Amino acid sequence: MPAAPTPGSRLRLTALLAPPLLWLTLAYLGSLAILLLSAFWATDSFTSDVVRTWNTDNFHELLTTPVYRTIALRTLSIAAAVTVVDALLALPMAFFMARVAGGRWRRPLLVAVLTPLWAGYLVKAYAWRVMLGEDGVVGAALAPFGLHGPGYGTTAVVIVLAYLWLPYMILPVYAALERLPERMLEASADLGAGAWRTLRSVVLPAVRPAVLAGSVFTFSLSLGDYLTVQIVGGKTQLLGNVIASQVTLDLPMAAALSAVPVVLIVCYLAAVRRAGALDSL
Amino acid sequence: MRISRTARVVLGCVTAAGLAIVYVPLLLVLLNSVNTDRSFGWPPSGLTGRWWRAALHSEGARQALLTSLKAGLAATAIALVLGTLAAYAVHRHRFFGRRTVSFLLVLPIALPGIVSGIALNAAFRTVLDPIGIGFGLFTVVVGHATFCVVIVFNNIGARLRRIAPSLAEASADLGARPWQTFRYVTFPAMRSALFAGGLLAFALSFDEIVVTTFTAGPGTRTLPIWIYENLARPHQAPVVNVVAALLILASVIPVHIAQRLSSDTAGGRL
Repeated sequence: MPAAPTPGSRLRLTALLAPPLLWLTLAYLGSLAILLLSAFWATDSFTSDVVRTWNTDNFHELLTTPVYRTIALRTLSIAAAVTVVDALLALPMAFFMARVAGGRWRRPLLVAVLTPLWAGYLVKAYAWRVMLGEDGVVGAALAPFGLHGPGYGTTAVVIVLAYLWLPYMILPVYAALERLPERMLEASADLGAGAWRTLRSVVLPAVRPAVLAGSVFTFSLSLGDYLTVQIVGGKTQLLGNVIASQVTLDLPMAAALSAVPVVLIVCYLAAVRRAGALDSL
Repeated sequence: MRISRTARVVLGCVTAAGLAIVYVPLLLVLLNSVNTDRSFGWPPSGLTGRWWRAALHSEGARQALLTSLKAGLAATAIALVLGTLAAYAVHRHRFFGRRTVSFLLVLPIALPGIVSGIALNAAFRTVLDPIGIGFGLFTVVVGHATFCVVIVFNNIGARLRRIAPSLAEASADLGARPWQTFRYVTFPAMRSALFAGGLLAFALSFDEIVVTTFTAGPGTRTLPIWIYENLARPHQAPVVNVVAALLILASVIPVHIAQRLSSDTAGGRL
């Protein structure tokens, strides 16, 4: 663990911390501050120029317009649905990879799960657009059963987002399951617990922080997404789309709108932090 | 834990089905890149190498690739320096506000890309534009580097937790200066983590589109932006498909290298 501070080490610490903190403060926190500030500005409705007069009209509009509430709730439910779907898929897959598959299979399976992460966000979203389209492969596969594909819309958005973020959930869960000592499972069995009981009382509590850590990504990435919605969402509007469409027209309103996902995520981070999820990020 | 045969089979089937779903879209992209039909109807109508030839001669795609490489390399270089310094400070020193520093580093990827994107956009418009620095490769690099830092920080941090500090202490006891200790003891122990972190940071930058959209000027086109712009043009679709197919094929290489180099798979966003 870290050594006790001496004058020399304090100097070194300052030298180590100064560049990254300076960068983050100037480039990132500074930008966020300007964004927050501009949420209190106005836009000239004729020229679309930002007028730097302090007012809270944007927040007032945000809180009183029903459309914004509907969109915020829809975005929240989609992000929650994506997170649940990913957790339900990741748990059995990661369990199989870490605990059932032999040592020889573990690595190749991990690589198989990781490779698609590198294939590119747009490439994958676009592949789903083709698959879900009029004469796409999903429709063709379901037709013999007399079923139809989901088409473009909210269901498609949940499917594609869950698909895109799945590795972000599998990875931490896999790592947690792999670290779980065999002794603990044996002890549970010695004490008379069956497989289900062990799963419920030993395995699930052990992977909970990992699932929460993964959920930070699935949740946050879904909350802010607007491209997937454009690609497969049909007419569905999410927060990200509204923000993106407002940026050039009305930056102050876009800034006020983006406070919504920021508040949601900060609350979420604070909640999962208590569960120790941030340590396994 | 005794897992019944049935449970094993069920888990195996779920995993196999999951992986199949993961790979079907990617295989379809590969297949469509040689499909004669422009609209990618299913089943494919015939095979052709036409789109591949067209893509290899596409000046726009080549320029975009070059821009992406430049942005990715510059952002990775900055992230490597800043991320390593921060990891050292957080994992080798005890100071007030340590947890805040790690939280701050995670923030750029924990907040949605659109928020980071328009924040940077607003800041560049307000601060850089008046002093004559317009949107372009420079602003893209600043944006990318900001969220790449945490990737390097995570990788180096995971490695530093495994290297016993006593190694550096022993080196100092044997009379090595701090620089020598770094050069001969610490650096060799973290070299592969640096490489893996850099690779991941580069990949993240290479794939990033939301932050790029809001930080690039009209003339700066990275590969994802080029893909996105051309998605809307039906007659360009086959060429976009080939570029997508190439990206899928190329994606196997970095994963393979990263897997060989690093066993720190625990980190969140890799």
